[in-house]
Amino acid sequence: MKHIKTLNTRKLQNTIKKGGCGECQTSCQSACKTSCTVGNQTCEQYK
Amino acid sequence: MVHQFKNNGYNIVLDVSSGAIHVVDDVTYDVVGMFLGRTAEEIAQELEGRYPREEILEAVAEVQELKDREELFTEDRYETAVLDFKKRPTVVKALCLHIAHDCNLACRYCFAEEGEYHGRRALMSYETGKQALDFLIANSGNRKNLEVDFFGGEPLMNFEVVRELVAYGREQEKLHDKHFRFTLTTNGVLLNDEIMEFANREMDNVVLSIDGRKEVNDKMRPFRNGAGSYDRIVPKFRKFADSRNQERYYVRGTYTHYNTDFSKDVLHLADLGFKQISVEPVVAPESEPYALKPEDLPVLFEEYDRLAAEMVRRKKEGKDFQFFHFMIDLEGGPCVYKRLSGCGSGTEYLAVTPWGDLYPCHQFVGQEQFLLGNVWDGVTNTAVRDEFKCCNVYAKEKCRDCFARFYCSGGCAANSYHAHGSITDVYEIGCELEKKRIECAIMIKAAEA
Repeated sequence: MKHIKTLNTRKLQNTIKKGGCGECQTSCQSACKTSCTVGNQTCEQYK
Repeated sequence: MVHQFKNNGYNIVLDVSSGAIHVVDDVTYDVVGMFLGRTAEEIAQELEGRYPREEILEAVAEVQELKDREELFTEDRYETAVLDFKKRPTVVKALCLHIAHDCNLACRYCFAEEGEYHGRRALMSYETGKQALDFLIANSGNRKNLEVDFFGGEPLMNFEVVRELVAYGREQEKLHDKHFRFTLTTNGVLLNDEIMEFANREMDNVVLSIDGRKEVNDKMRPFRNGAGSYDRIVPKFRKFADSRNQERYYVRGTYTHYNTDFSKDVLHLADLGFKQISVEPVVAPESEPYALKPEDLPVLFEEYDRLAAEMVRRKKEGKDFQFFHFMIDLEGGPCVYKRLSGCGSGTEYLAVTPWGDLYPCHQFVGQEQFLLGNVWDGVTNTAVRDEFKCCNVYAKEKCRDCFARFYCSGGCAANSYHAHGSITDVYEIGCELEKKRIECAIMIKAAEA
């Protein structure tokens, strides 16, 4: 595309079909302990 | 829902429900803002004089193409799936073990009240910790990866029990086909070579508490006699970080109303050589003088922008570092369920006091109305557990129209409770900061693309 550059190709709507395995890290076990951050986490299936 | 913003010279369009992120030129940025409900001709007429007609029509065609591919103006159709997901029988997969309700520092902002959590000083016994690990294994269902954080107070004040529990966990994981991911959060005062060597072998991650510049750190993180802790901990933390090859750790600070210029603290930590840095807003009652105030927000936004731009600059010079709150995984990030179903406190994630009581998370410890049970009898207060089980993005009215809901999962239940007395509300200052951080994180990705 001439006017648009898309940064990512993985669509969230596709993850609804086979997501939800629950093996991912608990949000608060990372660094924070005082906020909630999930967007920075990596799916366990992608590691 | 589409969220548009400009940052550091980039025009960014976030399609909230698909997670697609587009970097666009000026004409497209304007076209996206007026696209819905107008024909191509109407858009061309409205933007006439600002851009060449041909450019406008090209941009309209490209925007339409993204819409057709469900990468723009995508609808949020996840509510039913997420609510069904939340109704599943839950298992416990993570524990925050309060290995010591005692501390050798007297940090002024400590939500644990200098380690004691509104209660008495206490150290967890090996027997109680062992029972906690047994409880976790017994309640973890088919989940293989189990997380245990050694937390406090200051966990190194009870290091022998930490060591014994890790040994017990390693023995048990083989018997039950589980894998423990241990982590440790420490203020560093008692760190020594032996503990570092142990942690490098056994701890998936370590969180090292330091606020940044010496004067900032020492004001809020003194010893009980009032002396600052910076000089004592910095050499140890540097050695520790190097011994872990600058991986699988965070130096973790808290910024307050006293250091709203916190980007200087982040950069100070980077200049000390740390590569994994997290500096986060204080959580405090409004009445505290160090609490963040609504009027701090414009300054804090500028600080995040300044930090993000500086990180882009440093990366180009090969002096990059990670800032936890700017990390965002655009390709391998979490699934929709994870993004919308909340942090898991009270269900998948529980905190354990030194005497074995269970709470929904470390921030609720000591508040008796949230006592869930104990590691011997399990969760007996099912009313509180079920309240947490129902906590998700769609249960929070204020999250429904927020672009950030796929990144914060509806925010922190404890922050919400402390701000408004309900776990299904939100903490507004925290939300505003979260939104700003997401924008900065995306801008950094745009700059790297």
